[in-house]
Amino acid sequence: MSSLHPFTVRTALILCVVCFVILALTVIAEFFIYRHGQFGIDESFCFNAWYGFVACVALVAVSRLIGLVLKRPDTYYDR
Amino acid sequence: MTASILLPPALPLFLGAALLTIARGRLRAAVMLLAPLVALAMVWLVPDTNAGITGFLGYDLIIVRGDRLSRWFGTVFAIMAFAGGLFALNQESRLEAVAAQVYAGGALGVVFAGDLLTTFVFWEIMALASTVVVWSAGGASRAAGFRYLLIHLLGGVLLMIGSAGEAQATGSLAFNVMAPDTAARWLILAGFLINAGAPPLSAWIPDAYPQSSYSGMVVLSAFTTKTAVYVLLRGFPGAEVLIWVGLYMVFYGIVYAILENDMRRILAYSIVNQVGFMVAGIGIGTELALNGAASHAFAHIVYKALLLMSAGSVLYMTGKSKCTELGGLFRSMPLTAISGIVGALAISAFPLTSGFVTKSMISDAAGQERLMLVWFLLAAGSAGVFLHAGIKFPWFVFFQRDSGLRPSDPPVNMRAAMLLFSFLCILLGVAPGVLYRWLPFGASYEPYTADHVVTQLQLLLFSGLAFFMLLGLLRRTPTVTLDFDWLYRRAGVALASGVTRAAHVAWRNFAAGMRGMVDEILSGISILARRGILARAQDSGTMAMVAVAMLAVYLVVEFVR
Repeated sequence: MSSLHPFTVRTALILCVVCFVILALTVIAEFFIYRHGQFGIDESFCFNAWYGFVACVALVAVSRLIGLVLKRPDTYYDR
Repeated sequence: MTASILLPPALPLFLGAALLTIARGRLRAAVMLLAPLVALAMVWLVPDTNAGITGFLGYDLIIVRGDRLSRWFGTVFAIMAFAGGLFALNQESRLEAVAAQVYAGGALGVVFAGDLLTTFVFWEIMALASTVVVWSAGGASRAAGFRYLLIHLLGGVLLMIGSAGEAQATGSLAFNVMAPDTAARWLILAGFLINAGAPPLSAWIPDAYPQSSYSGMVVLSAFTTKTAVYVLLRGFPGAEVLIWVGLYMVFYGIVYAILENDMRRILAYSIVNQVGFMVAGIGIGTELALNGAASHAFAHIVYKALLLMSAGSVLYMTGKSKCTELGGLFRSMPLTAISGIVGALAISAFPLTSGFVTKSMISDAAGQERLMLVWFLLAAGSAGVFLHAGIKFPWFVFFQRDSGLRPSDPPVNMRAAMLLFSFLCILLGVAPGVLYRWLPFGASYEPYTADHVVTQLQLLLFSGLAFFMLLGLLRRTPTVTLDFDWLYRRAGVALASGVTRAAHVAWRNFAAGMRGMVDEILSGISILARRGILARAQDSGTMAMVAVAMLAVYLVVEFVR
């Protein structure tokens, strides 16, 4: 990444900070709204935040495992 | 036999297709744009009625059935045919333009068909026309298109057998709500599900669609799978098996898209994923869930076409489709990038986009029905959509590293089509009432509660966090991922050629053995013929003795009897 212009790095840093601020805002917003769930656990604090995160980590992990077995070079069917 | 007159909305598209075989220049452009608009007008002019032929071979055929559900799908199909035509105006393949209009006409025919036979006829028209759309790209599309055709002919055969069984059992071809409770109905269901991309035959979508041209895949993404959603809504609402089929499709699409490198194949897998949400909603079967499935189909056609227009523009301008060869294109293709991002936000169901006001109906219906596992899986699936399509597609194509490519935005007609559908994605998200007014089933829905907006933002943004934290694990590799199609592309071929070879060897051995035997017999006969007892000359006395002996044997036998 050393070839990037410093402006790009700075922009990326600012973008990162902005993203984390937005993430924090969605969490803080939860104090100001009435949460209504169906099953109990989905009413717990920040349920959607951690559930979305964990679901994605799990999906990536499962995909990598499946990929270990089923991935082939993209010329596989050309032979 | 009597017929009531009501022109089917598919008609202008079929006539348009006929004109397109000879039209050139401005006339061609006019037909490509006007035929879908005339069809749209006719969709809205269809009254709540059944029109068709009574007493055809003893059955009543309903060519045009007008109700809220058929007009709902008819509307979005006509809009799609228009935008697809606009995007494809500069497509040089005459064949593709013709096939695309026949294909759209077939889809309109299915959604207005009121009986199984009419449904079947339009179903097969779609199968053939869409195969031609794939083929018109030439090159590698030939083989993929042929595999595609075989799968859809199989689906058509299942549908035909099922319909025949249904007609025999009930004495009617009427296509209404049915439960999967007889073998015939299971066959009909299987035929429908093949077109939806359900397991195990999902691979035809990522196999064939990405082989079509930059404009071909835009129309392909819309019609086949969504007519399947329509017929499932019409025929099998509340069939519980569909919940699990749908959930499988949701996660299949995510996992394979995560592993995929080709941008259009990523979007093809994501079609399976999105149709999975709709199929699961149909399985839940409450009015809210069915409205969710129908409206999600509407929204999906628009944003998926938009995503594929964006990807198609990249393919058109660069000739490349693999993430490993793309990146950084936002600099020179700003409009294409923004359209792709709007489509990505809509498919991820961000607030203020069309996906937000449609998809949540399905998971809310699961919640209301206390289907806890289904609800949690749908939520995980929603997070996964953002991961595999919402960020992955725009990130790897338009950002990521700088690939050094500097293509400009595509020609004006393609930009106009993208702007139109970007506008629609946002309009439906900002003013969902436009859509909700015409919902085909009874339930009403309010998407913009503070609770819903905040929880959805949390779910998506933290999925985004996971994406960037796991970016190392998501790095693209030039690979494909094996699927069930391996069975007919590799195992089946190996088995067939093995059997052929074995049969060939066996036949050769058998033939050699037979020839040896025949030779032996022939040589035996020739020995007898030359030196054998029958070949010798006998004197007449001996012959008389032989005749007397035979006569004696005959007399004895006769006497004993």
